[in-house]
Amino acid sequence: MPRRPRLVGRGSRTPNYPAGLGSLIWLGIVGLPLYVLVAATFQTRDGYIDDGPLALPDHPTLANYRRVLRSDFLSYLLNTALVTAVCAAIVITLSVTVGYTVVRARGRASRRIFQIFLLGLAIPSQAVVIPVYLVITKLQLYDTLLAVILPTAAFSLPVSVLILVGTMRDIDEELYESMALDGASPTRVLLQLVVPLSRSGISTVGVMSALHAWNGFLFPLLLTQSKSNRLLTLGLYDYVGEFRVDTPALLTAVVLSILPIFLVYLFARRQLINGLMGMGGK
Amino acid sequence: MADAAAPREPRRSVGRPGDRPGGDRRGDGRSVIGRPGVGRPGVVWALPGALFFVFFAVAPMVLVGALAFTDWDGIGTPSWTGMSNWSRLWDDPETHQAIWLSLVLTVLTWVFQTPLALLLGVWAAGRQRNRAVLSAIFFLPLLGSSVALALVWKSLLDPNFGLIADIGPALGFADGDLLGSSKGAFGAILFVTAWQFIPLHTLIYQGGARAVPRSLYDAAAIDGAGTVRQFFSITLPQLRNTIVTSSVIMVVGALTFFDTVLILTKGGPGTDTTIVPYLMYKNGFQAFDLGYASAVATILVVVATTVSLLLVRLTGFAAMRSTREGM
Repeated sequence: MPRRPRLVGRGSRTPNYPAGLGSLIWLGIVGLPLYVLVAATFQTRDGYIDDGPLALPDHPTLANYRRVLRSDFLSYLLNTALVTAVCAAIVITLSVTVGYTVVRARGRASRRIFQIFLLGLAIPSQAVVIPVYLVITKLQLYDTLLAVILPTAAFSLPVSVLILVGTMRDIDEELYESMALDGASPTRVLLQLVVPLSRSGISTVGVMSALHAWNGFLFPLLLTQSKSNRLLTLGLYDYVGEFRVDTPALLTAVVLSILPIFLVYLFARRQLINGLMGMGGK
Repeated sequence: MADAAAPREPRRSVGRPGDRPGGDRRGDGRSVIGRPGVGRPGVVWALPGALFFVFFAVAPMVLVGALAFTDWDGIGTPSWTGMSNWSRLWDDPETHQAIWLSLVLTVLTWVFQTPLALLLGVWAAGRQRNRAVLSAIFFLPLLGSSVALALVWKSLLDPNFGLIADIGPALGFADGDLLGSSKGAFGAILFVTAWQFIPLHTLIYQGGARAVPRSLYDAAAIDGAGTVRQFFSITLPQLRNTIVTSSVIMVVGALTFFDTVLILTKGGPGTDTTIVPYLMYKNGFQAFDLGYASAVATILVVVATTVSLLLVRLTGFAAMRSTREGM
C-alpha cells in the first residue's frame, strides 16, 4: 500500500494558542489519573491514606507488586493471554477469508454477507448476552475458556472485516489479473498476493481484536465461574473485595493488567492508531 | 506499480445486482482472464466467517426477542408466557426510569464528547512534533479495560481516601461523597466514560482531518480566511461522514455502558444510575429472571439496530467505498 501523503488539517502556520491551551488542559485531565495510578503502586497503604493520592511516595516500595504477583494474578494473566491469542487467531483467519471473498467473489451473496457484517457493527454484546448464555450452556461450554473465546471473537469480526475489505480493495486489479493469467487458484492468490499485500490491515486487525479480547469483561463475568478459568478483568473486579481498603494494592493490579498491552502498544502503535483512524471515513 | 499509460480501471464494487456467479464480464472489454472463476474465490470462502458470526451474534439478536416472551430462570427450559414480560415492563417504574436515564446519558454523552473530540482531533491532525507526543498520551486510556479505568476512578472518587475528599467541597459535595448523591453519581459516569472514550473519537477525527486535501486550506488562506473561518467552512463540512461514524459509535456505546456503572455506582444510589444494560444484568443475572431481562435487552437491540441502519445509510458504507482511499 502506498504511504499516506502528508496531508495536514490546518492550513494556517501561525500557532493556534487557544487550541494549544485547550489540549494542555485535556492533557492534565487525561494525565492526572494516570499519574495517581502509577504513583500509588509504589506507595504503602498507610502512606497513601495519610498523604493522599497526589503525593509522591516517601519511601517507594515494591511490596504492592510482590503482593499482587503472589496472588492468583499470574494464572489470570495466563488465561487472558491464551484467550487473547486464540481470539486473535480466529478473528484473523475468518476476517481474511471473508474480506477476500467480499472483495473478489462475484455475485450477490458476497455483498449480502458484507451487509450482515456492517449491520453487525452495532450489535451491542450486552443486548445479546442472554441468548449467548443459553447457546453456551446448551453447547455445554459454560465455565470454559472457549465460552469466552467464541462470542468475543464473533464480536470482533465486523470491524475486522470492514478494515480488511478497505485494505484489500486497494490492491491493484492488474495484480489479480496477472495471477489469474498464470492460472492461479483462489488459495494461491490469497496466500501469495492478498495476504502479503494486506499485511498492515491484518496486523491492525490482530492488534485490535487482541485489545478487545484482553479488555473484555461481560462475557467472562457471565460465562465463567471457577477461579481456574478466571480472566484478568474479572480478577480485577474480585480484587475490589479482596484488597478492600488497600487502594495501592488494587491499583497495582490495575497497572499490571495494563502493562502487557502497553508493551504491545509500544511495538504496534502505528498499526493500532492507523486502524482506529481508518474507522471514521472521510 | 500500475503502468501510467494504461487507463486505470474505475474501482468496482463487487457483485453489482445482476451479476451472475461466474457469469459473463458484462462486455466491459477487460476479459483478460481465460476461464471465469480462475483466481476468484467462491462465496463458500466466506461461509465459515459468516456462519460463525451469525451463530454467535446475529442469531442471538433474534433469539433475545423470542426469549422476551418466556419465563426462564437460567437453569431449566424457557417456558412460553406470552406478553406477561411486556406488560410488566410497561408498568415497571424502574424500567421507565432506566430508559429515561439511558436516553439522557446518551444525549449528554454526545453533547459532551463530540465537540471536544472534534476539536482535539482536528488540532492533533497538525504536524508539529509536540502534537505527536501529546496525542500519544491522549491515546493511553484506550489501552485499559473499562474495569481497570473505572477502578482507578473509583479510588479517586473515594470519599475517604480519594482526590474527591480534597476537591469535593469546591464542587459542592461537602463530604466528598460524590458517588453517594444522585446527580454526582450520574455526572461521574458521564465524566469517566468521556475520559475513557474521547481519545478514541479524537483519533477518528484526527484520521478524518488528515484526509482533508491541503489545497482547500491553501485556497482559503489565499482568499484571506482565518483559522476559525477555515474550520467552519472547510473542516466541518469535509468531516461530515466522520462525524456521523463517530456519533454512531458514541451513541451505541452510551447505550451500553455497563462495566463502568457496575464498578462506580452499582446502579445507585437507589436506582438513580440504573441504565438499561445494568437493569438487564440485575434482572437477568442477579434475580435470575432472564425472560424479563430479555425484554429489557430487546429494547437495546431495537435501538442499536436502528442506529446501525442509519450508519449504513448515512455514511455510504453500503456503497462499499474504501474507508482509506486517498489516505
